[in-house]
Amino acid sequence: MGDILGSYDVLGAFWLTIRLAFFGALGALVLGTVVAVMRVSPVAVLRLLGTSYVNVFRNVPLTLMMVLSVLGVTYIMGLPLSQDVQQNAIRWAIVVLSVYHAAFVCEALRSGVNTVPAGQAEAARAVGLTFGQSMVNVILPQAFRGSVAPLGSVLIALIKNTTVAAVIGTADAAGLMQEVIENETGSFSVFAIFAIGFVILTLPLGLLFTHLSRRLAVKR
Amino acid sequence: MKVRQFGAIAAASVIALSLTACGDSAKDSGGGGGGDFKIGIKFDQPGLGLKEGSSYTGFDVDVATYVAKELGHDAKDISWVQAPSAQRETLISTGQVKMVVATYSITDERKQKVSFAGPYFIAGQDLLVRSDESTITGPETLTGKRLCSVKGSTSAQKVKDKYPGVQLQEFGTYSECVAALVSKGVDALTTDNTILAGYASQDQYKGKLKVVGKTFSEERYGIGLKKGDKAMCEKVNTAIAKMISSGEWQKAVDKNLGPAGFKVDSATNPPKQDACA
Repeated sequence: MGDILGSYDVLGAFWLTIRLAFFGALGALVLGTVVAVMRVSPVAVLRLLGTSYVNVFRNVPLTLMMVLSVLGVTYIMGLPLSQDVQQNAIRWAIVVLSVYHAAFVCEALRSGVNTVPAGQAEAARAVGLTFGQSMVNVILPQAFRGSVAPLGSVLIALIKNTTVAAVIGTADAAGLMQEVIENETGSFSVFAIFAIGFVILTLPLGLLFTHLSRRLAVKR
Repeated sequence: MKVRQFGAIAAASVIALSLTACGDSAKDSGGGGGGDFKIGIKFDQPGLGLKEGSSYTGFDVDVATYVAKELGHDAKDISWVQAPSAQRETLISTGQVKMVVATYSITDERKQKVSFAGPYFIAGQDLLVRSDESTITGPETLTGKRLCSVKGSTSAQKVKDKYPGVQLQEFGTYSECVAALVSKGVDALTTDNTILAGYASQDQYKGKLKVVGKTFSEERYGIGLKKGDKAMCEKVNTAIAKMISSGEWQKAVDKNLGPAGFKVDSATNPPKQDACA
């Protein structure tokens, strides 16, 4: 176990995993919020667009989207995000992670919107707030607080799903694990190192989100 | 009520389907052939070990069939089991297969877990390029070019260490690399020349791709056996030697790797088998 930690850059690989997860989560949160607002908006076309987005990206396998981004979009259609092959793979991985998890963020947020009593939206409209104003000032702040726990689950899933990026050649933890298995053959200690690495990343986050969901829940 | 009935029928048919699926896989444990002599091969490498429908073709398959016959197992006794690179040692040590013939290079690390008979072929890392490519003639001419290989593979690691000027794209499988190569997304694909020759001889790529033919490593393909089974190893070695001297080995090479114009390095092939440890 020690020799694997000594001869491979395990920390560097997990650092890339963290970066993928961080930027992927940021993108997913922004995109997911936009889609969630679309799904609860009073405009039928926007609702339809939002629903289609969720149904498409929630149901397409992540691996397929990853391979498509580099093999299909970069190489066959000729649309790279960077001229450097490694950078291109990392950027596409972040984009795909964001797009895929935005569908789940949207659904988590929508469940949060449902925790806000309908009377609040009606009251907001009654005092003359527009749809946008009532969303930003009344509904969304409560919706976020009500959906902390499901958003935490989405974040943990996202961190573990960064391993899929290895199929397009990013040098993240999963990519390094494949290298180690090729050289040292698959053994229990190899799997243990990488499993523990992911537990270190996700377990505290799970505890934090459970704590936050209690602290932040709107008392009604 | 109608809806509920329909739901019940749907649920019943799903259960029935999954049951039949279980029944099938239990019978032949995910492999092909009905026999009880289990051999691990690659299922996805044209020219070496390829599963097409229910038939298995390739050089590894031919070698395995010949060796099995010498050990007293007819072709119909063999059942083929898929042996992906990362699982080869486990398949052998847990006894799920009797032997692994799957582009399995003999290395010291692997010798600690399994025993090897052979080698039955000496391959080498090479480059596959489009047939109109003239600037890539070897690994030194790759600087600034885009090279493709499989994530984590020995070939990919070697290129990273020895030729840092190369832009390396890695995918999960070689098929994806070939697709990127044909669509001009990458300029070359690197791995063992046998695997490259197999892809170049596939019908859909015939005439479009060529192997450069300048190897820069030596991969000695062995047959993986249970660790310490010296008697078995010696029998397998005798079988390989007989396959070579009878001319069957050459026939298998020509049949599986020949169509792409691949020349076997005759300085190292056919190889002499190592003594069993």
